[in-house]
Amino acid sequence: MMLSDAAIFSLRLSFLVAVTATFFIVLVSLPVAYVLARKRFPGKELLDIVLTMPLVLPPTVTGYYLVVFFGRNGVIGKAIYALTGWTIMFTWYAAVIASFVVSLPLMLKTARSAIESVDRDLIDASYTLGHGEFYTALKIVIPLSKKGIFAGMALSFTRALGEFGATLMLAGDLPGKTETMPLAIYSCVNSGNWPEANLMALVFVVLSAILLFIAGKFTRKTI
Amino acid sequence: MHLRVRINKRLDNFTLDVDWAMANEFTVLFGHSGAGKSLTLRMIAGLMTPDSGYIELNGVPLFDSQECPLVKPGAVKNAQRVNVRPQDRCIGFVFQDLALFPHMSVAQNIAYAGKRKDRERVAALIESFHLKGLEGKLPSEISGGQRQRVAIARAIMCNPQCLLMDEPFSSLDNTLRLQMRALIKDVRNQLNIPVVFITHDIYEAYTMADKLIVYNNGKSVQTGTPDEILSTPRNSSPQEEEEGKRKKGAAPPPFRTPCKGSWTP
Repeated sequence: MMLSDAAIFSLRLSFLVAVTATFFIVLVSLPVAYVLARKRFPGKELLDIVLTMPLVLPPTVTGYYLVVFFGRNGVIGKAIYALTGWTIMFTWYAAVIASFVVSLPLMLKTARSAIESVDRDLIDASYTLGHGEFYTALKIVIPLSKKGIFAGMALSFTRALGEFGATLMLAGDLPGKTETMPLAIYSCVNSGNWPEANLMALVFVVLSAILLFIAGKFTRKTI
Repeated sequence: MHLRVRINKRLDNFTLDVDWAMANEFTVLFGHSGAGKSLTLRMIAGLMTPDSGYIELNGVPLFDSQECPLVKPGAVKNAQRVNVRPQDRCIGFVFQDLALFPHMSVAQNIAYAGKRKDRERVAALIESFHLKGLEGKLPSEISGGQRQRVAIARAIMCNPQCLLMDEPFSSLDNTLRLQMRALIKDVRNQLNIPVVFITHDIYEAYTMADKLIVYNNGKSVQTGTPDEILSTPRNSSPQEEEEGKRKKGAAPPPFRTPCKGSWTP
C-alpha cells in the first residue's frame, strides 16, 4: 500500500517545518545556552523558566499564547498586519513558529548542560593563550559541547516533526496548506480512513525511533 | 624584568593576603595544599580578580585597585581600578592538569597560542621539545611526559613575558619529574623571563628555586634563597615536610638529573 498524495504532502511539509524550526532553534539556542551556562545576571533563572515553560505546558496553552502574540489582533500580529496587510496565522510559517517554541527548550537544556560541562581550565587556558571570549567559545566551548548540541538538535527535530497542539492552534488544519503529518493522521482517524492513518503512523514511529536512536547515541557519548 | 605582587582576596573561610616581588629569576611558591599558591597564580594571570592590591610586570600594572593613569590597551578600567584582561597580559600558564585541548592535535594545541602564520615557530618548538612525529596525535594518544612538553611548548609559543606553572609535575613519576625539572630550567635559561613555579615537594623546591617563597594559610611568610630558608626557617613547614618524608623512608632524589636532550629555542 502506498501513501496518498495528500499524505506525501503532509510528510514533506512536516519535514520542511521541522528542518526550518531546527535551523532557527540552533541559531537562537547556542548563544542563549552559552549565556545561561557561563554568565551571571539578574533575571537569569526567570529567563530560563520562561524559555523552558513550553516543555511542561499543554501544547494548547502554548498555542493559545502564540495566538495572543501572533494573531491578527495579537501583540506582534497586529503590527505585522498593519505594516503588510498579511497575517502569519494559517500559514506554514505559523507551523514553524509553533514547532520552534515547543522544541526550543529541548535544545536549550541539552546544549546548556553540555556547555556547563566543559572544563573551566580549558577555557582559562585559551584566555591565557591570548584569545578572547568569542574566539574561545567558537574554538573550544562549542566544539567540546558538540555531542550535547547534536543530541539537542536531534531531540528538537523529533519534537518539531511531531508537533500537534500548538500548530493546530496557530496554523490550523488546512489540507494541502498547513496540514502537517500529525494533523493529517488526526484527520484520517476522524474521517475513518484507518488504513492511511495506520501507514502514516507507522512511518512516523520508524522515523522517530531512528532520530531518538541518534540522539541517544550522542547523549551517551556526552556522558 | 620583575614581577611585583601585593594582593588581598577574601573567600569563604579563607583570606589570601600576600606581598612579594621577584626579579628575572626562577621563583618557587612552596607551601601546603590550600595555602593560596594556585590562587595567587590565577590572579597574576588575570583568571581571578583580587579584592585589592596590585600586580605589576616589568613596570606595567596588570591590576591595581587604585586608579592608575597607565592603562594598557584592552584594560578594563573604572574609577577605581586597572584590570588587564588575561588575554592581554602576555603571561604563559601551565596548568596542574595541563589543560591541553582534547579535540586538537599536538601541533594544533601549540599553534593555538600563536597567529596563523606562525608555522615555522610551531615547527621549531615541536623540534626543540622532541615532539617530532607526534604532531598529528591527540593529547589522549601520547604519554604523560609528552603531554607535559606540549603544555610547556604551548605556554611559551606566544613569547610570554613571564611563565607561571601550577604544580605541572604532580601526575608524573619520579624519573619523568627529574627530566622535566631539567627541561624547565633549560627553558627558563633560554627565554630569560621570570618563572613562578608551584610545588609542595621540598626537594623540588630546593633544587629548582633561585628564590623560594613560603606560603602558609594564605600569607607569604618567608622569602629568600632555598639555603637561607632552610637554615633559618621562620615557619617550620619546609623542615617538617623534609622530616616527615625522611621518617617515611623516602630517599631524597639527586639534585639534578640531566634530561635526555636539552632544550634549545
